[in-house]
Amino acid sequence: MAIPLKYSIRSLLARRMTMILTVFGITLVVFVFTAVLMLATGLQKTLVGSGIDENAIVIRESSNTEIQSFITRYQAGVIQTLPDIALNADGQSMVTGEVVALISKNRRDNSRPGNIMVRGIQPMSLSVHKDINLTSGRIFEFGQTEIIVGKRIAERFQGCGLGETVTFGMTDWKVVGIFETGGSSFESEIWGDVEQFLPALGRPVFSSMTFRLKDPAQFSQVRDRVKSDPRMTVDLKREKQYYDDQSRQTATFIRVLGIVISVVFSLGAIIGAMITMYAAVANRTREIATMRALGFQRPSILLGFLTESIVISLVGGALGLLAASSLQLLRVSTINWDTFSDLTFDFALTPNIVVTVIIFSLIMGLLGGFLPAVRASRIKIIEALRAE
Amino acid sequence: MPAIVKISNLSKSYRRDSIRIPVLENINLEVEAGDFLALMGPSGSGKTTLLNMIGGIDKPSAGDVFVGDVPIHRLSDAALATWRARHVGFVFQFYNLMPVLTAFENVELPLLLTRLSKTERRKHVELALSIVGLQDRINHYPRQLSGGQEQRVAIARALVTDPTLILADEPTGDLDKNSAEEVMTLLSQLNSQHGKTIIVVTHDPRAADKARSHRNLDKGELA
Repeated sequence: MAIPLKYSIRSLLARRMTMILTVFGITLVVFVFTAVLMLATGLQKTLVGSGIDENAIVIRESSNTEIQSFITRYQAGVIQTLPDIALNADGQSMVTGEVVALISKNRRDNSRPGNIMVRGIQPMSLSVHKDINLTSGRIFEFGQTEIIVGKRIAERFQGCGLGETVTFGMTDWKVVGIFETGGSSFESEIWGDVEQFLPALGRPVFSSMTFRLKDPAQFSQVRDRVKSDPRMTVDLKREKQYYDDQSRQTATFIRVLGIVISVVFSLGAIIGAMITMYAAVANRTREIATMRALGFQRPSILLGFLTESIVISLVGGALGLLAASSLQLLRVSTINWDTFSDLTFDFALTPNIVVTVIIFSLIMGLLGGFLPAVRASRIKIIEALRAE
Repeated sequence: MPAIVKISNLSKSYRRDSIRIPVLENINLEVEAGDFLALMGPSGSGKTTLLNMIGGIDKPSAGDVFVGDVPIHRLSDAALATWRARHVGFVFQFYNLMPVLTAFENVELPLLLTRLSKTERRKHVELALSIVGLQDRINHYPRQLSGGQEQRVAIARALVTDPTLILADEPTGDLDKNSAEEVMTLLSQLNSQHGKTIIVVTHDPRAADKARSHRNLDKGELA
């Protein structure tokens, strides 16, 4: 039979200050750990959210990103006639050729320059890409020097607000609309007419082609067929996979660095919990001996003390998680190391992170409490009953 | 009355830095069921050690200890713990109550090792606390009780499981004269009115007066 939980909890509360300090240590570690996971997940979510499984993206073979890629007009023509492209309600092929480039603009907050991705699109792009919503203004007119700006760029860069003018490619582009895309990386871009952008940017060709698959399950066959065509020195990826690959490097870097830091910090917290629990065992030697004399078995004593350290770690974990969850209100800006463009994203707390953090806290509690609990369970009744 | 405790040829010694220190030598003792025995003797005579052997919290170096028909000297550590929970109620000199538990919860503690339901446990605890006269202190923590009251809670804890034996080690050692008198009277009543077999270790002759039989230990040997 286990020692009653109320005994464990009240014993912890009886040493309030020690417990608060130990909990605080664990809270800090869990906060850092959670923040890092939220950062990596937020980055990944923003990039991966740009793509959908039903779309395929075509880029030049051995290019990792659109920014390094080009698709010739001839290749674009071949892709546009693929029989695997879905048709919209008007019977038009859902395929679009786009050009991307980087421009430099000053930030609103510190006037320092940052790179912005500009994307020249075709009318079909608005149907092929998902969840494009104008929050203000209107869509640009094709054939005009007008642009729409992703809301995160509009917020953060000078001259990018509605009604303002952005200059690049020796042309003044009027911002006629602000758009959002449900938090994806498109919100960190400027969009305009591809036929206007190509000459302005001095590009003769598209950077990429994106099309909606008639049957998404047939992606592998479509890819194999296109790649086996000797005219097509291109790569095909599911759009979601493309953005996932882009996010992986940076997200993995953040995650690994964060986990290493958290593990090092957690050693301190574990030692803190261990000292607290050793002190608890030392202070309650006679109580432990009495329990043993009454008939409680060694494993019950072990479990009782382990429960105390787990309670400490779970309370610390919950507080750390709570504190970290407030980071969702913050917006972070970083460079996308694959495209070198400025990317803005939010800290994202997911159920996966919550579970990971709870397990992490639990492990800290178990490691910190195990040795003291073993000591408690091995106390010799006779000697302990004599203890002052 | 049949003997409930049978000790034969019991010896106990400790080793300290390779030196053997004898504590008990060749002890033979029988305690009848329903007896109230006072084990007396000066400090260091081995009376607490003998009590611990009977209670199964210490093991002899040689000899046998039977309680009922159980050879407790042969039981494993885990089996002894189970046996203690069923058959022994301990009363300690410094009460040894859990400071974070109320009187009720302290008395309930040994019942958690039984299969009694919550309602049954409550009945047993209330009965035990009423026997020791503390039914109105049920929700008090040990720090809110006097020394005598704490010891009475400890006695309630010892008797709540209706054990075969109640073993008390210097139960009046930390109490003033009046409280000591109350505690010994209470133990005496448990013996006479409830038929409990009680062994008390004490070096206080006034406390020992309440017992029915007396044995003296001196330098590890029973007189």
